[in-house]
Amino acid sequence: METNLDIEPLREHVDDVLKQAREQGATQAEASASLGAGLSVTVRMRAVETLEYSRDQGLSLTVYFGKRKGSASTSDLSDAAVAETVNKACSLARFGAADECAGLAEAARMATSSPDLDLWHPWSIEPAAAIELATECEAAALDSDRRITNSEGATVSSHSGARVYGNTHGFCNGYRTTQHSVSCAVLAQDAGQMERDFEYSVARHRDDLDAAPHIGQEAARRAVERLGARKLGTRQVPVLYPARLARSLFGHFLGAISGGALYRQASFLVDSVGQSIFAPLVSITEEPHIPRALASAPFDDEGVATAPRTLVANGELHGYVLGSYYARKLGLESTANSGGVHNIVVSDTGRSFGDLLADMDTGLLVTELMGQGVNPVTGDYSRGAAGFWVEGGTIQHPVSEITVAGNLKDMYQHIEAIGSDTELRGSVRTGSVLVSGMTVAGS
Amino acid sequence: MNDVTLKDARRSLLAPAGLEDNHLEAALGKLLRGQTDAAELYFQAVRQESWSLEDGIVKEGSHSIERGVGVRAIAGEKTGFAYSDEIVLPALMQVADAAAAISRQGQHAAVKAWHQPARRALYPAIDPLTTMEDAAKVELLQTVDQATRALDSRVKQVNASLAAVQEIVLVCSSAGVYAADIRPLVRMNVSVIVEDNGQREQGYSGGGGRFGLDYFLGADRAQELGEEALRQALVSLEAVPAPAGEMVVVLGPGWPGVLLHEAIGHGLEGDFNRKGTSAFAGRLGEKVASDLCTIVDDGTLDGRRGSLNMDDEGTPTQQTTLIEKGKLCGYMQDSLNARLMGVASTGNGRRQSFAHLPLPRMTNTYMLPGPHDPQEIIASVDKGLYAPNFGGGQVDITSGKFVFSASEAYLITNGELGAPIKDATLIGDGPSVLNKVTMVGDDLELDAGVGVCGKDGQSVPVGVGQPTLRIDGLTVGGTAGA
Repeated sequence: METNLDIEPLREHVDDVLKQAREQGATQAEASASLGAGLSVTVRMRAVETLEYSRDQGLSLTVYFGKRKGSASTSDLSDAAVAETVNKACSLARFGAADECAGLAEAARMATSSPDLDLWHPWSIEPAAAIELATECEAAALDSDRRITNSEGATVSSHSGARVYGNTHGFCNGYRTTQHSVSCAVLAQDAGQMERDFEYSVARHRDDLDAAPHIGQEAARRAVERLGARKLGTRQVPVLYPARLARSLFGHFLGAISGGALYRQASFLVDSVGQSIFAPLVSITEEPHIPRALASAPFDDEGVATAPRTLVANGELHGYVLGSYYARKLGLESTANSGGVHNIVVSDTGRSFGDLLADMDTGLLVTELMGQGVNPVTGDYSRGAAGFWVEGGTIQHPVSEITVAGNLKDMYQHIEAIGSDTELRGSVRTGSVLVSGMTVAGS
Repeated sequence: MNDVTLKDARRSLLAPAGLEDNHLEAALGKLLRGQTDAAELYFQAVRQESWSLEDGIVKEGSHSIERGVGVRAIAGEKTGFAYSDEIVLPALMQVADAAAAISRQGQHAAVKAWHQPARRALYPAIDPLTTMEDAAKVELLQTVDQATRALDSRVKQVNASLAAVQEIVLVCSSAGVYAADIRPLVRMNVSVIVEDNGQREQGYSGGGGRFGLDYFLGADRAQELGEEALRQALVSLEAVPAPAGEMVVVLGPGWPGVLLHEAIGHGLEGDFNRKGTSAFAGRLGEKVASDLCTIVDDGTLDGRRGSLNMDDEGTPTQQTTLIEKGKLCGYMQDSLNARLMGVASTGNGRRQSFAHLPLPRMTNTYMLPGPHDPQEIIASVDKGLYAPNFGGGQVDITSGKFVFSASEAYLITNGELGAPIKDATLIGDGPSVLNKVTMVGDDLELDAGVGVCGKDGQSVPVGVGQPTLRIDGLTVGGTAGA
């Protein structure tokens, strides 16, 4: 597998298209080039199912003719395709309307240094070794319980990528990242009921991956525990979101404080900086420079230097999620979030998962959420769910075919506790979250 | 697909790199050197253009080019897959070597003589990007914006977008397939934000299909999308909290067919049934719906978003009956799962791009009309919900549980429509929900051409449809009456 991805040829592609854009009369331009390579194997029912090699490249360009903008991209890096891409971006810009806020991010905000975030750890795993690891992972699931009767397989994958961004401020920088994962999904069957669940591990460095047999056993345990699920009568109860699902609650929050949604007024959190939008126990920071973290980055998609910051302190909102365009539209500054957020960290309230179950006493522990079910404009929240009914802090039985509903504005105020069982597998790091006063609908 | 299409596809995909048939044969030969049952080369070029309007102005146009070749070697249940985004001979041979690694020993299989499937043209082999002048595309979006804002002073924001895609594919395989397709696809979306007394709501509308952009000029279609988005936003201003609990639900015609897509469509895809992971596995011939339900997957409808002259394996699409008068009678198959299950492919092998493996996927999935007058269906309900518009849905194939979210719905009391309700998720059980269908309308409609289906991280355009349906018992996920 190709792991020595070189930054230099990508830099040359970026320099080249910026030069071509200027020659065509663009007053400003920005470009990015990327290259990725990966290997993925899936083993199902103890036999190899797929062996996939991936190799992706891309070049994208945005040009500005004064305040008019055009964009084009290509996966074909031949001279002819690149030239067509530049021509296309320039011709599209001529048809766009002038927009006062269009343009590159401010030159003074460009990242001047590139901290080493320890994101590059190639794993030169051969297909045979990857197959062996996946086999070991799935076998641990299949052998762990007689009710594990079928499998969707275990997958081991390794991906390396390099990306360079440059613009006509003279900024041009890039970095390389790796991401490796092991996952397993199995089916449990008993008394005519069939349930599926999965477990996974993902990391920048292969040494940070959970042990393959542990992943298999967890997948099996989760699937078996769902057996015997029934519906629940409609009621109003507290809901405990385990860490891996609690991330979605903060995902809705991030969507609602992002520039585009705020500017279009398509958000339930318009004009909310300075307001207490969460319970006072909630504090949230953005920490872009955590070594090896999955969403760490030295600069955003416009070259703006990232830096740690406070988003929410004691429930009060301190800032939005902005790239330069919507920042200008809103009369604010970019928060280095063009392209997304960089490690959102939710503080915990020092309670273990077991403590949270006890705190909830009687309510729903949700283990799966289905569908979109969130209205971004009003915050109305209604999602399909499965989980466990809890009484006296103890799990009673699995439940399914139910919904959980509320309004995100109320739900954020009704966060009663955040666990110390912080989830690290993604761009939002949070522990489990206990929310009171939700409506559960069932039979 | 016809000779002209194949010639055009070869000119576009193979000629720039000087690739000839003997090169393709050599690549297939590499793939077949082990104990391989089948080998395939899939060449694809996609050009896409989109324009978006906000604040009354078209701020940006964007354009993308993607091209590449994906190669597969299949040995029993094993698949070796590799792809390259360069269509040149050395890259083709390199990915063929990589994919062939799945099967290193055994006998050589042979490439069957190539043949072209029968001619078919469900849509024109055009480049939709060039079916309208750029200035006219900008003007169309501005017209929609102005017309929509003029309709109501409560409109605060209009976002509109216009997109056109041309996809050229060429497939050749050891099974003797040598076929090409040129696929246009256009789409327009409008979203409207309204505000009244400090309350804001949003409405969406969209449409399109496999034709040129000039479609949107006809019969004020573009303006109608704006009107519809506005109407939905205004309805939401009046919405009361949705009820919570199980109740009778009447689904409107057309897009609510997303119910069928989620509740039974995915569960009837061949891969899940071969592996036994679907709640419908092993149930062919069984009664899974009421007698009123006949459901088909049909890739052969003219100009529809989910239609294809051939699937991504070169198999002509067809109309496949999935459920006939309540009885489960067929699965949707690609070639791999069909071979392993000992049946024929139904032309449902689809892939997002050359960089993805084909999977059994839906095309246009809909229920045939029944005997009832839609008004009579609503009038038959004492207490329940009427839901004419939906957002997306999701299904757990294994447990059969599925959700879809109502974006426009009304309470029904004593057979009369009442107040609109806020967005709510509906949840049900796929293998049993269609047994609760007690009335089927005579008003079959297909959706306006906006469906995107996701599976294993791959998105493909699809269509859905249905007549008005009465379902005696779905759980409605609101907050009222708990």
